[in-house]
Amino acid sequence: MTAALRFDPIRLPEKCEQLRKEVRAFLAEEMARGTFNPFKPNREDTDVPEFSRRVGERGWIGMTWPKKYGGQERSFLERYVVTEEMRVANAPTRRFFVADRQSGPVLLKYAPEHIKMDILPRICRGEVCFAIGMSEPNSGSDLFAAKTRATKTDGGYLINGTKIWTSSAHIADYMIAIFRTSPPTKENRRHGLTQFLVKMKQPGIQVNPIGQITGQYEFNEVVFTDFFVPDDHVLGEVDGAWKQATSELAYERSGPERFLETYYVLTELVRAVGPNPDTRSAEGIGRLVAQLHTMRRMSVSVAGMLQAGKEPVVEASIVKDIGTVWEQQLPHRVRDLAAFVEETATNRETLERQLDFAIKTAPKLTIQGGTTEVLRGIIARGLGLR
Amino acid sequence: MAESDNIVVETAEKIFADLADPQTINNDKNGAWRAPLWQALSEAGLPLSWVPDDLGGSGAGLADGFALLNAAGRFAVAVPLAETMLAGWLLAQVKIASPEGEMTVVPASPKDRITLDAGALSGRARGVPFAKAAKHFAVLAHGKDGASIALIDAAKAQIESGLNVGYDHSDTVTLDKVQPITIKPAPRGFDQTTMMLMGGAARSLQIAGALESMLDISVRYSNERVAFEKKISKFQAVQHNLARLAGESAAALAAATSAADAIANARSFDDEVYLEAASAKIRCAEAAEKGGGIAHQVHGAIGFTLEHVLHRYSLRALAWRDDFGSESFWAVELGKLVARRGADELWPLVASR
Ligand SMILES: Cc1cc2nc3c(=O)[nH]c(=O)nc-3n(C[C@H](O)[C@H](O)[C@H](O)COP(=O)(O)OP(=O)(O)OC[C@H]3O[C@@H](n4cnc5c(N)ncnc54)[C@H](O)[C@@H]3O)c2cc1C
Repeated sequence: MTAALRFDPIRLPEKCEQLRKEVRAFLAEEMARGTFNPFKPNREDTDVPEFSRRVGERGWIGMTWPKKYGGQERSFLERYVVTEEMRVANAPTRRFFVADRQSGPVLLKYAPEHIKMDILPRICRGEVCFAIGMSEPNSGSDLFAAKTRATKTDGGYLINGTKIWTSSAHIADYMIAIFRTSPPTKENRRHGLTQFLVKMKQPGIQVNPIGQITGQYEFNEVVFTDFFVPDDHVLGEVDGAWKQATSELAYERSGPERFLETYYVLTELVRAVGPNPDTRSAEGIGRLVAQLHTMRRMSVSVAGMLQAGKEPVVEASIVKDIGTVWEQQLPHRVRDLAAFVEETATNRETLERQLDFAIKTAPKLTIQGGTTEVLRGIIARGLGLR
Repeated sequence: MAESDNIVVETAEKIFADLADPQTINNDKNGAWRAPLWQALSEAGLPLSWVPDDLGGSGAGLADGFALLNAAGRFAVAVPLAETMLAGWLLAQVKIASPEGEMTVVPASPKDRITLDAGALSGRARGVPFAKAAKHFAVLAHGKDGASIALIDAAKAQIESGLNVGYDHSDTVTLDKVQPITIKPAPRGFDQTTMMLMGGAARSLQIAGALESMLDISVRYSNERVAFEKKISKFQAVQHNLARLAGESAAALAAATSAADAIANARSFDDEVYLEAASAKIRCAEAAEKGGGIAHQVHGAIGFTLEHVLHRYSLRALAWRDDFGSESFWAVELGKLVARRGADELWPLVASR
């Protein structure tokens, strides 16, 4: 075959099911104590520091990392279960999720030992928040057009330029960012970018909020003016960040968060139609559930590949492409079916409020973490077309 | 084609490559390929993979049989292999030994019903695959005392020939007080839904296989065909179409192999297996439509000709959507199941394994 795209039917082992029960019980407790409300999607409260700390206490952040850095040395599949339960419950994971998913793994791979010993245990305790500084005003899909400069100076680098769309920069303690350390070469336009660990909340960094069409405040513009980063905060190879950035993205692209962001509208639709749906509603729900089930099987399969130490870049891109297109269409399909929901449905208002929010959320889903077009380019490369 | 680490699949792939090469078959207008292919498959024990040794089969196990069907889909094999396997499986549920030769299952649609009255079988079943080619039918019938499974001589049935969208036999079978060769009460809990889920899973694996091949030949073609002085594979629009085809193919394969694995390891056809098998049929049928459409688009007019091999995969995948319940049928049933269980049980069902 041209490309052996195999998604083996990985099953979650028994201990995952035990863990799932623990996570569900924990989330129920948190809802009961009023930490968050899963039925109120217009969430202003996605950063809840106490919640992060309590998740950390349970050992559910940095689960797969070595114990000496505060991790639990548990499997990717166990981490998978925690992620999907948090996502489905609409839990406020903003503070720790990026660090757990990608910044931590980057530090593990590329940071000097003393930094790992300092930061990783704090991530695991749910105390620190990370942001990702890749995009710039003229460099989104085309990462290699990034211009923000890191100029060598005594003992470190001086940073000048602007990052944009930086999620959580306003609450972040650190950012992992790529900056230009040399110009690209003729042979390799990807050359010249370096990855840095940036300590936020210091002079020389200004964070400007950018509003979103959902009414939420989530991403920012981050302006660096002669901002100093010490030498030991260089992560990995100077001028070689593109390799690191692309493997980092495999973690970002296949998880359950890549098809579950608007999932809540499906649950509420099922609630609204009740136990005896009309044929059209039943068919609509059946198709959506079949599609959801299939994507989840694919996503679990990729988690299994990560667990086996593989780098499933193409497979992860396929899951993200199909998953984000699906979660983007979901609110619209649910809206179609909501036309047939009885006026008297107990959750009618909740469903409408959630649909309103999900429809506003939908446009971003195929953009964040790499656009559909970019992902299809990666898949095409995997198929040997470029 | 795809590498395999499974002896049943390896054997089958060798036979398919030698005797069922889609291009050769496509060029053969008088069907001379059929007999040697069936003979080789039978000698290797493949049509009775799902029948235990003591009932005349080769007892290969459910998982291997499903993998075999996936391989058969990759070659768009047009003999009643899946049908004979399903018939043997059905008969084995009640320890009826399988006879030699081609078989199929009746009914093949969830809405058709065969009734049992005073020991004789009556009813009409549409869209029965390869009924015309079968020597025996495995029948699931309903009587006063519940479901029964029977083996009948195909000659005792009235058969109206028909062809499905993929040009394979899909016939209407009418039984008028037919005396079975053997008949036994079905196991507790085994009903027409069970049989349809099993048949649907088999079709899902075949559809997934056909999509794998469509992806394969489409990628290859795009790297050969030149337009505007470039290989068409260099056009971004074509690349993106092929990336979507890869996604549909991957989704179909993931859904189908997951359902196969669920059935092979299940003790009964419970809600979780229902979710797996129904989802596979729904998702694979959707993939056949979307993926097949892209494969044709990439091939341009040549792919629309009878001479080209593409239609052997694309039309057959479309035809397989109809057997053992179409995707819209299963979507309604799955939707009802989900609604009956209630909103708060949806996620636990999806996340059950
Ligand atoms: C909610 C949200 C949160 C985000 N958070 C972060 C973050 O925390 N950190 C961060 O660094 N970034 C973040 N981003 C930015 C995101 O990664 C970029 O938006 C994305 O990479 C696309 O870049 P762009 O917006 O500049 O669009 P552009 O790159 O300008 O793309 C515009 C359109 O052109 C298409 N296009 C561009 N190039 C090609 C090509 N070669 N072939 C075909 N089509 C092409 C794109 O697919 C898109 O459809 C976030 C974005 C969103 C929406």
